[in-house]
Amino acid sequence: MANVPENLHYSKDHEWVRVDGDVAIVGITDYAQNSLGDVVYVELPKPGDEFAAHEAFGSVESVKAVSEVFSPVTGSVVEVNSSLNDEPEKVNNEPYGAGWMIRVKMQTPGEVDSLLTAAEYEDFTKAEKE
Amino acid sequence: MTAPAVELKKTPLNEAHRRMGGRMVDFGGWDMPVQYPAGTIEEHLRTRTHAGLFDVSHMGEFEVTGPDAISFVNRVTSNDVSKLVDGQAHYSALTTPEGTVVDDLLVYRFAADRLMLVVNAGTTEKDWDWITSARAGENLELRNASSSYCQIALQGPDAIDVLKPLTDASLSDIKYYHFTEGQVDRVPAIISRTGYTGEDGFEVYAAADRAEQIWNKLLDAGRFGSDDGILPCGLAARNTLRLEAGMALYGHEIDESTTLLEANLGWICKLNKGDFTGRDALAKQKESGITRRLIGFEMTERGIARDGQDVVINDARVGKVTSGSPAPYLKKNIGMAYVPAGLAKEGAAIQIDVRGRLIGAQIVKTPFYKRAR
Repeated sequence: MANVPENLHYSKDHEWVRVDGDVAIVGITDYAQNSLGDVVYVELPKPGDEFAAHEAFGSVESVKAVSEVFSPVTGSVVEVNSSLNDEPEKVNNEPYGAGWMIRVKMQTPGEVDSLLTAAEYEDFTKAEKE
Repeated sequence: MTAPAVELKKTPLNEAHRRMGGRMVDFGGWDMPVQYPAGTIEEHLRTRTHAGLFDVSHMGEFEVTGPDAISFVNRVTSNDVSKLVDGQAHYSALTTPEGTVVDDLLVYRFAADRLMLVVNAGTTEKDWDWITSARAGENLELRNASSSYCQIALQGPDAIDVLKPLTDASLSDIKYYHFTEGQVDRVPAIISRTGYTGEDGFEVYAAADRAEQIWNKLLDAGRFGSDDGILPCGLAARNTLRLEAGMALYGHEIDESTTLLEANLGWICKLNKGDFTGRDALAKQKESGITRRLIGFEMTERGIARDGQDVVINDARVGKVTSGSPAPYLKKNIGMAYVPAGLAKEGAAIQIDVRGRLIGAQIVKTPFYKRAR
């Protein structure tokens, strides 16, 4: 079963958000990394880039395929995890930790309330599997 | 997800794949594992360094028996069947009158009046129709035996040691692209020293209902579970292994729009063997020269080429990527593509349009990977 930590917010595009003040830390879920398979390449934006919620901010490539990753919130990128350039496998090994992707300064911090809770996301992935 | 309109076909190992955690996907109408829990990269590397086990039971087997078996198959395929001896196999193609490819296949000779054709899964029905309608009064019998057989590929440098304790066949006496009829775990089997990975190894054909027995015995004999033991491998690893080995995949490098000569498969076009479907077109193309050629390339800048992307040379879009992927053993990003024949020069700099960005690459010799012998 995929790991879905309680204290995070989730998008239907399979990203997670950890809130740190008005900053959202964003990565892809355990379910997403498991569906992708071995991640071999991560393309991330630059600090200062701005994204609307649901807009693609980068891509993740596995051996087999490429998938876009979408920003769960609206805001501007303040930091990217550039260690993923050399160690993309962190996305597989620690999707909620060292595999984080970007930190976004949220335009409206309350926006995360419209995302899924851990329980809701778990139900969502179960429904998607069927 | 909506329910598939058509029930997917299953190999006799379907339950085993699911039990072992294989991630199942629809592959040309077949419910097949794309990878197992170890993951594509580990499956690929283990096959290069030790051994990998692949269910390829979805492939099709046609039996051709009778006095005209050789002359018939020689007429519909491009390689020279008359050169085969009993116990030998070769790579060949079913060709169209235009010299393009209906399918690529293996031809096995059991006896002068008994051959077996092994064809791709996704094209089995098309091939069967093609072959049966190509019959012209020859004295022979054709049988589509695809569902009677399982086919299990055991590949890698340890393959011979894994199989040895399970068989009465003298494996070291089976030369590359030869086979023998023997037993695997007391099950009658065809043991063929062939494969699609660039490694030494065997492809075992046996009765479909004995598939799980053979599969499990091979996993045990290969010490599945230990760090240097065998791993079951999915279709993703099968694809990256064949790509590193520079082998064509039907529907990618070859199809009914590409000729054998364009695909660098002139070595299976025996233009002097006598008439066969497509011979005249291929002879004419050989004479006049091909206008495009299949090349191998590796990325020289960060980025992964994918199937269908454009090849750009001197600012012009000149061709398409047929297969593009990371190469787990070579630790490069590689691919194959068609380019105008005049531009198909080893070492030439090219670019690939990777989702709107031009990424640098270089034409290189294939195979990308060649095992030490």
